[in-house]
Amino acid sequence: MTLELLQVIKPSGELVEEMDPGIPGDELRRLYRLMVLTRNLDTRGTQLQRQGRIGFFVGCLGQEAAHIGSAYALKPEDWIFPAYREIGAMLCRGITLTQLLDQYYANAEDVEKGRQLTNLFGLKKANYVTGSAPIATQIPHAVGAALAAKILGDPIVTMAYFGDGATSENDFHTGMNFAGVFKTPTVFFCHNNHWAISVPVERQTASETIAIKALAYGFEGVRVDGNDILAVYRTTKEAVDKARKGGGPTLIEAVTYRMGPHTSSDDPKRYRSEAELAEWQKRDPLLRFRKYLEKKKMWTEADELKVQDETNREIEEAVQHAEKLPKPALETLFSDVYAEMPWNLEEQLRELQAEMQGSES
Amino acid sequence: MAVLTLVQAVNHALRDEMQKNDRVVILGEDVGVNGGVFRATEGLLQLYGPNRVIDTPLAESGIIGVSIGMALYGLRPVAEIQFLDFIYPAFDQIESELAKFRYRSGGQFVAPVLIRTPYGGSIKGSHYHSQSTEAFFAHTPGLKVVIPATPYDAKGLLTSALRDPDPVMFLEPKKIYRTVRGEVPDDEYTVPIGKANIARDGGDVVIFAYGAMLHVALEAADLAAGKGINVEVVDIRTIAPFDIETIMSSVKKTGRVVILHEACKTCGFGAEIAAQIAERGILNLKAPIVRVAGFDVPFPYALEEEYMPNAKRVLNAVERVYNF
Repeated sequence: MTLELLQVIKPSGELVEEMDPGIPGDELRRLYRLMVLTRNLDTRGTQLQRQGRIGFFVGCLGQEAAHIGSAYALKPEDWIFPAYREIGAMLCRGITLTQLLDQYYANAEDVEKGRQLTNLFGLKKANYVTGSAPIATQIPHAVGAALAAKILGDPIVTMAYFGDGATSENDFHTGMNFAGVFKTPTVFFCHNNHWAISVPVERQTASETIAIKALAYGFEGVRVDGNDILAVYRTTKEAVDKARKGGGPTLIEAVTYRMGPHTSSDDPKRYRSEAELAEWQKRDPLLRFRKYLEKKKMWTEADELKVQDETNREIEEAVQHAEKLPKPALETLFSDVYAEMPWNLEEQLRELQAEMQGSES
Repeated sequence: MAVLTLVQAVNHALRDEMQKNDRVVILGEDVGVNGGVFRATEGLLQLYGPNRVIDTPLAESGIIGVSIGMALYGLRPVAEIQFLDFIYPAFDQIESELAKFRYRSGGQFVAPVLIRTPYGGSIKGSHYHSQSTEAFFAHTPGLKVVIPATPYDAKGLLTSALRDPDPVMFLEPKKIYRTVRGEVPDDEYTVPIGKANIARDGGDVVIFAYGAMLHVALEAADLAAGKGINVEVVDIRTIAPFDIETIMSSVKKTGRVVILHEACKTCGFGAEIAAQIAERGILNLKAPIVRVAGFDVPFPYALEEEYMPNAKRVLNAVERVYNF
């Protein structure tokens, strides 16, 4: 059994009229701007790492539609449990460039206090939960938060982001299973970007699709063109609305492609062909959405130049701000391990302070 | 004041705190209808209903992972893992997630999950119902590790743990779930996390112990008293963060130290106590520190009695340090 791939904008930019989710024009323009901002931040982040100005970068080139289309379907009170690549979702959630760049530089104003690799970010007031590097561990968290909300009677939805590689992990199975059993208001959003570092999706699963796995857990799985922002939005919105009404979880498989490396430490030339990449570059989600907007007379070359210029300037301002700030204070090495610092951490902090004073004099 | 077993004291602490705080929920395997395989949660489903006492699928990483999500959202989940020996599917969730949420988020996201799990040997349970691997968790920054040895402490410490802002591993010595009884106040009280207890006052030798081994230490102290050796016994009670002040004060008082646990000797928690004593007070010692511990082997079955530290082995250690 194959699940069909849902599309709203054809690769030519034509709209499949009956599938139109009906987003107002100014919102469509805003979504495209977010995609450009995400793309340009990704490019700048990669450059900063190459220049040695930040230590590490994990990018999202080619996955902007899947990030933004899905995050846009949520309400502010809904919770996101990300993997680590969802830059578009963060920007869509209202996380600012300054917050992100401060985190990239791990400086004194980073809300995470310089404790995590680039883009492993979270912001409480955005209900965007701080991610981690182990794969799929966030999936049961999304189910737990949804179960808690259900118990408390809060009409919220939780969304877990993960990749195709994560579907091989125990916690994918466990999370999906608990969600099915407890019928939690959870949307499982899988970015099938075809590659888990060097291992292709065919080596993750013999299943014909990822979406179909949902059936075994007792709920619906849907497969969507992840490079089509309107299709992603429409699919996610349906799943979110269903969950909010008590209809239980949905697994969404967004079929997309990681056009960049896994991280700044990876060289994809070692394991995949230029021809494959070129094929997916033709399906670039930004090009597709721009063609659609242009056909609808909602976007011009002048708009494009203006937005490219504005977004790059905003990014540069955040870079300049972040780069000037010092490292986090020494105390932050020891704070937040516990609510209150226990004696052993206090002692180790005092010893380190004394050593550092000694080495200065 | 009622005389309760240790497992009854656990049950009462849960029952009373759930009454006070409707954010406390229990989840685990067999915790609801069955009341837990050791009956620690008996009657709670009837009192608080299926939204607060939740029988889950058989999946430890799910129990802990889902509890983390619930705690992030604002509930106070109590996750029961049926035996400590079965916790390893959830090890990633405990080590990579639970212990690190506060730190990695800069204090924004906290997950005060309480994990209750029976541990320890002498129940004829072979490898997978007997192990004592508390050191893994004490070696993880971000976790607190609490081990009661009496019914009074079980209720008081568990009540503290249920109110603690951080994740707590609450390890219950199943060997003494029903063999140790004690007076437990009906009214609310707490025993602070991070404080040891001088279970027996003495001046010649100190034994540091916790969990079921506290009672072995007390038995050995009685035997030693018959030989004219006055033994102090300190119940460590919390191994992370542990009570260095009480430990060092007993070291200074006696100068002779025996450390007792049923976990494997090498890299067991006793090694940390010994190292701290060496760093802070080696000149207070009148004899080398002696550890009495489980052997560095997988937990046995037929030879369990030979494996488990007993009062005779502890008495030998006491005499060794006393006569050094």
